[in-house]
Amino acid sequence: MTMIFGIPLQAFMGQLLIGLINGSFYALLSLGLAVIFGLLRVINFAHGAQYMLGAFVAMLMLQYFGINYWFALLLAPIVVGLFGAVIERLLLSRLYKLDHLYGLLFTFGLALTIEGTFRYLYGSSGQPYAPPPQLTGATNLGFMFLPNYRGWVVVASLFVCIGTWLLIEKTKLGAYLRAATENPTLVQAFGVNVPMLLTLTYALGAGLAAFAGVLAAPVYQVSPLMGSNIIIVVFAVVVVGGMGSIMGAIITGYILGIAEGLTKVFYPEASSIVIFVIMAIVLLIRPAGLFGRDA
Amino acid sequence: MAQPLLQVFNLNAWYGESHVLHGVNMTVREGETITILGRNGVGKTTTLRTIMGIIRERKGEIRFADKDMLSVPLHRTAHAGLGFVPEERGIFSTLTVEENLMLPPVVSKGGMAIGEIYELFPNLYERRSSPGTKLSGGEQQMLAIARILRTGVKLLILDEPTEGLAPVIVQRIGEVLKTLKERGMTVLMVEQNFRFASRVADRFYLMDHGKMVADFPVDELPQRMETLHKVLGV
Repeated sequence: MTMIFGIPLQAFMGQLLIGLINGSFYALLSLGLAVIFGLLRVINFAHGAQYMLGAFVAMLMLQYFGINYWFALLLAPIVVGLFGAVIERLLLSRLYKLDHLYGLLFTFGLALTIEGTFRYLYGSSGQPYAPPPQLTGATNLGFMFLPNYRGWVVVASLFVCIGTWLLIEKTKLGAYLRAATENPTLVQAFGVNVPMLLTLTYALGAGLAAFAGVLAAPVYQVSPLMGSNIIIVVFAVVVVGGMGSIMGAIITGYILGIAEGLTKVFYPEASSIVIFVIMAIVLLIRPAGLFGRDA
Repeated sequence: MAQPLLQVFNLNAWYGESHVLHGVNMTVREGETITILGRNGVGKTTTLRTIMGIIRERKGEIRFADKDMLSVPLHRTAHAGLGFVPEERGIFSTLTVEENLMLPPVVSKGGMAIGEIYELFPNLYERRSSPGTKLSGGEQQMLAIARILRTGVKLLILDEPTEGLAPVIVQRIGEVLKTLKERGMTVLMVEQNFRFASRVADRFYLMDHGKMVADFPVDELPQRMETLHKVLGV
């Protein structure tokens, strides 16, 4: 049997894959958080709830309208994005002139409200959501079996992360976003509708969270608590990457997912805290994060 | 005499509780270059920012091309034809020179083409891929002016365009403003560099304690020196 550092290859690669899958969710979620924080300066505590909403919308679309996974992957982010736009326009936008703490408290309250409502309606236990028939089964890679759906999660996450990065770094809309992050008043004086840009950004962030939620539905179960389980880790990812850094959020998401997976192989007891240990070390050495602008 | 492009009547503005402008009156005619002079803290920059709509706590009347501007939201001001170059230049560090240049939306026809802008500012063409804030102070000022010229605005509002720049750059900016004047651009600026201002301006407004205390054309400068000494303390 092939061994790596005294660990069977299959076990090693299996954990690496789990790390990569977790990393895909971390990257997608921290990307949305970074986009929102970058422009709105709001620490969006409702991000986990929006991730959960994505999964629930997909499940409910299937239950009530027979909408399959592929359409749900497109529609759920739009539905949650629109919900985010309404929240931003009606409520969050009123807090921009206040201390950032108010935005954090508001989104925290929003998360508790959404999660509480879904717990009341659907209970705390998870509900299954089947992967699409095209992605059931596994592929033999020679050294391990790769479940097709999990391979898809990694590929889809990579595509969306790269697509979002290209949108922000290489398009005119992205230039407006980056400029408005630095000096929103001047961008507005140039004739750009910055309040609309803020709404779109929050909707985009919420939509990304919902996309991750739909991707996660067949991997984890659909549960009202699925967002709060992951969001604290995602905040740690954003801090390590550097608050507001888009590329930092993506790269750190994958790296920390893999680090967590490998810790499960070599020292399983530390696997649930390794990300926070890394965060503490990074904060000590580079307080602005690995990719933060002040670093 | 050319038509008034910008008319300001009894303009008052506040920073929170602090009343900063106390009834500013001024007129800028089409094709004119107007300079507002005054000591530090008399409200020159505030006047520009209030006309632009950046300062929203304001009362009075601002008419631009005969349109009331007081109710126009900030993001629509540029579309009415006002372009602003702030004192701190506002070059975006996360954008390249070219991205900075292309950032402000074109609001009407008649703006300069990108080729014309690069002809006027060859340094910007050479450094078009560099991050905007890696340019020298003079180049940043040129970029700040250049990006507004693309947009087709009718009135260019400049806040201290020569501040902190080397004499050779100041001269270059003067040449650029003369070129713009030949093309019919209307310019309203605040300037501390009196020598520079006297070379490019058609008319001056003298400001003190949040209002205009005098206005006169450039050829009356010699007769007005005593007032200037008194108000500017120079």
